[in-house]
Amino acid sequence: MTSLCGGTKVVEVTSLSAEESRVPAATTDHAQTGAVTELELRDVTVTFGGLTALSGVGLALQHGQVHGVIGPNGAGKTTLFNVACGFVRPDTGTIERAGRPVPGLRTRDLAGLGMARTLQGLGLFDRMTVLENVMVGAERHARSGFAAALLATLGSSRDEAALRERAREVLDGLGIAHHADRYPTSLPYPVRKRVALARALAADPEVLLLDEPASGLSGSEIEELGDLVRTLAGRTSVLLVEHHMDLVMRVCDHITVLDFGRVIASGPPDVVRDDPAVLAAYLGESVA
Amino acid sequence: MQQFLNTALSGLTLGMVYAAFALALVLIFRATRVVNFAQAPMAIVTTFIALTIIDDGHSYWLAFVAALASGLVLGAVIERVVIRPVEGKSEINAVILTLGLFIVLHGVAAVVFGNRFRSFPAPFGIRGFEVGDTTIALTGFGVFQIVSVLVVMALLVLLFRFTDLGLRMRAAAYSPEVSRLLGVRVGRMLTLGWALASLVGSLAGLLIAGGSLVHPSYMDSVVVFGFVAAVLGGLDSPVGAVVGGLVLGLSLSFVSGYVGSQLVALAALLILVLVLTLRPGGLFGTAQERRV
Repeated sequence: MTSLCGGTKVVEVTSLSAEESRVPAATTDHAQTGAVTELELRDVTVTFGGLTALSGVGLALQHGQVHGVIGPNGAGKTTLFNVACGFVRPDTGTIERAGRPVPGLRTRDLAGLGMARTLQGLGLFDRMTVLENVMVGAERHARSGFAAALLATLGSSRDEAALRERAREVLDGLGIAHHADRYPTSLPYPVRKRVALARALAADPEVLLLDEPASGLSGSEIEELGDLVRTLAGRTSVLLVEHHMDLVMRVCDHITVLDFGRVIASGPPDVVRDDPAVLAAYLGESVA
Repeated sequence: MQQFLNTALSGLTLGMVYAAFALALVLIFRATRVVNFAQAPMAIVTTFIALTIIDDGHSYWLAFVAALASGLVLGAVIERVVIRPVEGKSEINAVILTLGLFIVLHGVAAVVFGNRFRSFPAPFGIRGFEVGDTTIALTGFGVFQIVSVLVVMALLVLLFRFTDLGLRMRAAAYSPEVSRLLGVRVGRMLTLGWALASLVGSLAGLLIAGGSLVHPSYMDSVVVFGFVAAVLGGLDSPVGAVVGGLVLGLSLSFVSGYVGSQLVALAALLILVLVLTLRPGGLFGTAQERRV
């Protein structure tokens, strides 16, 4: 699987972003400070029936950073993620995208807000080729009006060519361009994961939400994934839910630790690693 | 030999019309998992719109275009107004609604356009071509039927295979949730799907009506065969719908020509049972697991 994401290929991802002039909706002044908050969740509480999944959770994703969310099983990581992408409406709490509140965030708003997410189950379109899958993701990138597309005018066919071109670029950047014409079901799982990632990246999102990107990958593939995520951080901010502790410690700039729906620690990897509350959550209370 | 040729030719024409009707059903089914029982009365309404325009002294072609356009609008309106409120609920809700629409549109057509037989003109000759000194069972209008269905199919293939709009429609049909996540306007895609299906249905209506009598229930027999054709093809495959339509049209034509026309309906049922026994998913259907 090393051929899938050799180091040179990974570099191409970044060069790809350099030539794109990003036109972020509300993040014009992040360049000089580097401290702009791309996505902020404040005081989020979610209950399912009598069960409190999240209680007063806050999280701030800084521009250009990789932000990890970790915690034992059932800590509420996935719920937090679902809140961030509009799958779950929080009972209380606010979501801000680049300083602007987004009340009643819905899934369909996500692309328009410059956000993209990968799914644990991948959710690839099985009856479309890899290239077409990525083209659907590139949607936000090149689009003409509904009416123009409806009439299948010249404009929309040019659009289609642009989408195709864009999708190829992204696939090439992830080193899977040679699979472009195949169907997802015919590909091994790690490649499919890359296709799902390519589809999310195709829109050139400013915020990328990765849901357990390492699950189902082998040790060396996780290594490569880590490198990839680091290069992605140059062009987009990444929020990442992950079980694989080594990966999280290696790639994240900032880590939020959840346990029983509460934030028990938050900070850089080195700080979080030695936090007694985190150790207790993962290893149990010390008997002494 | 001559009888064989004639039977095959009339089967082909008939099959094309079934194929168009089946295609209209498939377009909606694969996007929404809803069998649109109202397809036939929708086509009846647009056919009567065309007839009204023709009776006012305008050309057939103006009426033809008007019927297709009104089909497009009718489909979109029905999706927005009737189907949208139950979107995301169990599919059976929408199916029942289309059954209701079937009855309502039927009644409306009878009230507005009159519950009597009226003749519908054909733009081309409806006498068989003469080859040598024999007349074959292919008419000018028959050629028009075949060609127009082929053109519509080609346009649909172009739309779904080679445009980004078609790509989005396929994505929305395959997985609405994921598509929404990727920024696809799933609602619009559904509306457009209904509009297109209704347009194809209108075409089928016009092709059946041409050169014969129309009545608020003139499509009833075609509805049944159209459904059979769609199911034969697997209900979610456009290619299947076309093949199903042709298979059915040809078989029924041969049954009618060689065995007896009173056995046509029985033969359709027999073919359906046979195909579904051997291939429960239909000829081109993909077997799929469903949540129960």
